[in-house]
Amino acid sequence: MEILNLLADGFIIAFEPQNLLLMLIGCAVGLFIGAMPGLGSVNGVAILLPLTFIVPPTGAIIFLAAIYYGAMYGGAISSIMLGIPGASTAVATTFDGRPMALKGQADVALITAATASFIGGTISVILFTGFAPPLAKMALAFGPPEEFALMLLAFATFIGLGSDDIPKTFFSIFIGLVFSAVGFDIISGRPRLVFFDIPGFLHGINFLVLAIGIYGIGEMLWTIELSKGDVQMSQATLTFRRLLEGFRNVGQTWKATMIGSFLGYFVGILPAAGATPGSLMAYGVAKMVSKHPEAFGKGTAEGVAAPESANNAASTGSMLPMLTLGIPGSPTTAILLGGMIIWGLEPGPRLFVDHTEFVWGLIGSLYVSNVFALLLNVLLIPAFIWVLRLPFTLLAPMIYVLCMIGGYAATEDMHDVWLMLIFGVAAYLMRKLDYPMAPAVLAIVLGELAESSLRQSLIISHGSPLIFFDRPIAGSITVCALILIVLPLLKYVKVFVRPKPAQP
Amino acid sequence: MRRAELSMAVFMAVFSVYLMYKSAELPIGWIPGSGPGGGAYPFWLAAGMLICCIAIIVRALLRMSPPSRSTEPYMDRHSLMLFVVGAGSLAVTIGLIRIISAYGAILVFLLFYLRFVGRHPWRLTAAVAVVTPIVSFFFFEIMLRIILPKGYAEPLFLPLYDIFL
Repeated sequence: MEILNLLADGFIIAFEPQNLLLMLIGCAVGLFIGAMPGLGSVNGVAILLPLTFIVPPTGAIIFLAAIYYGAMYGGAISSIMLGIPGASTAVATTFDGRPMALKGQADVALITAATASFIGGTISVILFTGFAPPLAKMALAFGPPEEFALMLLAFATFIGLGSDDIPKTFFSIFIGLVFSAVGFDIISGRPRLVFFDIPGFLHGINFLVLAIGIYGIGEMLWTIELSKGDVQMSQATLTFRRLLEGFRNVGQTWKATMIGSFLGYFVGILPAAGATPGSLMAYGVAKMVSKHPEAFGKGTAEGVAAPESANNAASTGSMLPMLTLGIPGSPTTAILLGGMIIWGLEPGPRLFVDHTEFVWGLIGSLYVSNVFALLLNVLLIPAFIWVLRLPFTLLAPMIYVLCMIGGYAATEDMHDVWLMLIFGVAAYLMRKLDYPMAPAVLAIVLGELAESSLRQSLIISHGSPLIFFDRPIAGSITVCALILIVLPLLKYVKVFVRPKPAQP
Repeated sequence: MRRAELSMAVFMAVFSVYLMYKSAELPIGWIPGSGPGGGAYPFWLAAGMLICCIAIIVRALLRMSPPSRSTEPYMDRHSLMLFVVGAGSLAVTIGLIRIISAYGAILVFLLFYLRFVGRHPWRLTAAVAVVTPIVSFFFFEIMLRIILPKGYAEPLFLPLYDIFL
C-alpha cells in the first residue's frame, strides 16, 4: 500500500507541465538519435547531459530517462527500415525486422516493434515498482561464473538453433571474439593484437565499426548486387486498415513479447550486462520456444517482438542497480549515475529514503514516457515508410554517408572509418559464401565481458573449469549451453561415420 | 563458386595462423597466481578459427556445402562492376576526407553517385549533394558537438564556428 502512495506522489510530479514537456522532447530526441545508425542512447544521454544542469535534478533525470526510452524505440527503426542497427541494443531486431521490410511488411514490423517496446517497458516499470529490492539482491548473487555461463548460452543459441553451416557459424563467433580482444589485455595491461603496429588498434575495435561495416556497407553492396543497382528497395504502403491489422498482429506475438519483457528486465538488472545481451538472449529463447523456429531470421513478427520488448525492459531494469546500489547496469546508466553525482545526489540504498521525490518522480515518469514514445513512434511511421519508398539509387548513397559519419562519430578516429570499409567489403564477400554475420557481431559485443568473466572465474577456481558446473545457477545454464552446442556437432559426426549406401 | 569457397577458407586459415602468432606475443599458458596469460584467450579462439577453416576446406573438397556444389560463378562481370564502383567510390571518399573535409568529400561522393551511378537529373543531384552536407554540419557540429574531420579545408570552417558556436 505504501508503494502505491509513493507511486501516486510520483505521478503527481511526472504530470507537472515542465516535466511533461521534458518527457515529450526527450522521447522525440531519443527516437531520432536512436534511429541514426551509429548513435544510440549512450550517445544521446552523454551529449545532452550538460544541458540538464538548467533544470532541477528530478526534471533532469526524467529528461534523460525519456531520451533513453526514446532511443530504445528508435533503434528498431533503422534496424527495420535500413537493416542497420541504430545501436547495439537493436542488433537482434535486424535479424527479422529487415527480412520483414524486404517482404513489404515494414509497417507491421514497426508497429510490432513499437507495441512490444511499450509492453516490455510497461511490464518492467511495474516490476521495477513492486519488486525492486528483492530482485536487486538476487542479481547480486551472480558472480563471474554465472555471467560466463550466460554468455555461453547466448552463443550456444546461435549454434544450436541456426540452420546455417555449423563450421561457418563457429568461425563467425570465434573471429568476433578475437576482434573483441584487440587493444589492451585487461589484466596485465599490455597491448595485444595490435596489427602491423598501427596505433588505431590500441583502443580496440568498437563493435559499432564492425556492425556498421557489416549491416551498413556490406548490406548495401549486397542489396545493390541483388537489385542490379536500379530496383526500389521494397514496396511499403500504409493505410489505416493495415495499421489496425498491425495492432491485431500483436496478439500473435504475445509469447515472444512476454519472454522478452521478463528476460530483458532480469538481464538488465545484472550489473554490466544491459539491454544488448538481454535482447539477443530474448531472441534466442523466443526462437527456442516458438512453434515455428524455422521462420526466425526469415522475417517473423515474433523475432521483432522479443528483442524489442527485451531492450526496453532491460533499459528500465538497468536503472534498478543504479538507483539502489549505485552500480550501473548498462553504459547509459553509467552516464546517468555520473549525472546524479554531479546533481549532488548519492546513489545507493539511502536514495530511496532521502530523495523519495527524485526516485518516485522518475518511476512515475517512466510510465508516462512509455506512452509518449509509443504515440510518437506510431505517428511517425508514415514518415519512415516514405523514406523506404525513395528510389534505391538515392537511398544507397545517403546510407553510405550515414555509415561514414556514424562510423566516425562512434570513436572520432579515421582509422575506424577505414576499418569499417574493410569489414563491410569482407562481410559482403563472405556473405556470398553463406558465412553468417550476426554471430560475429554478437561475439564482438559480448567478447570483453565473456573474457573477463572467464578469467575471473578461472582465477577463483585456480584453473579448474569445474567452477562452471559446481555452482547451481552457473551449472544448469552451462549444461543447457553445452547441449545446444553438442547436438548439431553430433549430427555432423554422424554424417562422416555413417557408411555410404551401397551403389545399386 | 567452389573455387571461391576454397580460396576464402584458405585465406582465413592463414589469417587464423597470423592471429595465433600475434596472440602468442603475450603469454598463452597459465601464470601461477594471476590466471591465464594475456594471449591465451585470443590464441585459443584463433586456434578454433583454424579448425573451422580446415572443416570448411574438407567440406568444400567433398562438395558437402551448398556453395561448393553450386556451378554459378561467384561474381559475374556486372556484379563485379557494381562492387568495384560501390566499394571504390567509398574508398576514394574516405581518402578525400583528409584533404577536402568530410563535408567536401560527401558532396563529391553524392555528385558522383547520384549522377553517374543513379543517373538522376542534375537538378536533383545538385540539390541533394549540397543540402546533405549542410544538414549534417548543423546536426553534428552545432547540435551534437561532434566535430567531423576537416583536413586542409579547416580554415574555411572557422567563420562558421564564429557565427554558430
